[in-house]
Amino acid sequence: MSPRITIATATRVLTQLRRDPRTIALLLVIPAALLTLIKFVFDDSPGAFDRIGGPLVGLFPFITMFLVTSITMLRERTTGTLERLMTMPLAKLDILAGYGLAFGLVGTLQALITSGVAFGLLDLEVAGSTAVVILLAIGNALLGMSLGLFVSAFAQTEFQAIQFMPAFVFPQLLLCGLFVARDQMAAALEAVSYALPLTYAYDALDRVTSDGSLGGRGTLDVLVTCGVILLALALGAATLRRRTA
Amino acid sequence: MLHGVSAEPAVAAESLTVVRGDTEVLHGLSFAVPRGGITGLLGPSGCGKTTLMRCVVGVQVIESGGVDVLGAPAGAAELRARVGYVTQAPSVYGDITVGENLRYFARVLGADGARVSEVINTVALHEHDRVANKLSGGQRSRISLATALLAEPDLLVLDEPTVGLDPVLRVELWNTFTSLAEAGTTLLVSSHVMDEAERCDSLLLMRDGDLLATETPDGLRSRTGEQDLEAAFLALIKEREAV
Repeated sequence: MSPRITIATATRVLTQLRRDPRTIALLLVIPAALLTLIKFVFDDSPGAFDRIGGPLVGLFPFITMFLVTSITMLRERTTGTLERLMTMPLAKLDILAGYGLAFGLVGTLQALITSGVAFGLLDLEVAGSTAVVILLAIGNALLGMSLGLFVSAFAQTEFQAIQFMPAFVFPQLLLCGLFVARDQMAAALEAVSYALPLTYAYDALDRVTSDGSLGGRGTLDVLVTCGVILLALALGAATLRRRTA
Repeated sequence: MLHGVSAEPAVAAESLTVVRGDTEVLHGLSFAVPRGGITGLLGPSGCGKTTLMRCVVGVQVIESGGVDVLGAPAGAAELRARVGYVTQAPSVYGDITVGENLRYFARVLGADGARVSEVINTVALHEHDRVANKLSGGQRSRISLATALLAEPDLLVLDEPTVGLDPVLRVELWNTFTSLAEAGTTLLVSSHVMDEAERCDSLLLMRDGDLLATETPDGLRSRTGEQDLEAAFLALIKEREAV
């Protein structure tokens, strides 16, 4: 791997984004706007917003980063630029790390704006430290990004890539514990939830917002999430082929 | 060889067979591309020219046989900076400018910034501040060509670089190819227009995944007795079918 190529790739991806101001605006504004909507939806039941608002600060960046990275990477695959890069002297991880760096920065910015709005304007209150919630939100953005990079290999068109959102992300959202606590689910579903990365990301967020600290289990959650990010990047690199049929 | 240079060819293929899906698209081709000069790869659309070029660049899965490029197996890591490849559809980032495209690839290749202006001049592309998608198809092809020139490759593989271009631009590009060849680069250029064969030093004539002949334009004329290269190609096909 070469830092020169990784940084060049990240700069190029950010330049592409910069030329598309509408996407930047959508990326940065939508999570905060949705959180505001939820605040007013739960206007009559105080406490509910505090309970789900904290985890959502992290889950929104997960969802948007998943979508944006899977589409961008798919575009790189379908326009021939990926094949061109594969004929050049660079490591596969240079490309993925470049993407990771670029979208990691965007995800961080998005998480900062979302949590800024949540804690500053919407009076979201969490039991634990807001700084930890923000860090976990950044981690969620990175998780969404790495999974998006990986699954983009299985889409041939942008229509397919968009369908991965309901196919791949919604089941994780349903089973992660946000809607129903996992120990109240059918045993089979609870077992499945252990195999889904978002379960761990959500659990860490929930512990900080409800219990006030990560504790032993929460720390384990964070480690599992980091492991999944690295694994997805490695698997993503494995799907980049120098030779194709 | 003519100038007494090393006889080792730039590209040497041996019984090259490629299968895509259920169909065999290259049927055990053996050929050599001499070092220096322009070798034209000619044949009708769909005859396997692109697949053959992908083999030379090392991005094609090969069923059997093999290709050596500049003394190493095609696709070897040490060849990545020495072989430039321009696909038929321009592979450029449409949403950034010409300059941003070239500066990115230059940094990937480790070429310096001055090289970017050089290649922009070589392909006569003066719109380097414009976003690639706002340019015509011909201009985007030239960005793609400029990208391949960045690393000053020893071998340039160009897949139908002049298709759809206006005649003036086609002549300009062929002049560029000739000057690159004079500077010592080996070029492998595919085309389905026979009049471009005239500009090549040697020819590989393909049809239906087979190689009909490896000839110089003059050799092809004397072998078939036809002055017009298009007619010579037809004569060659008839000769093959008569066997």
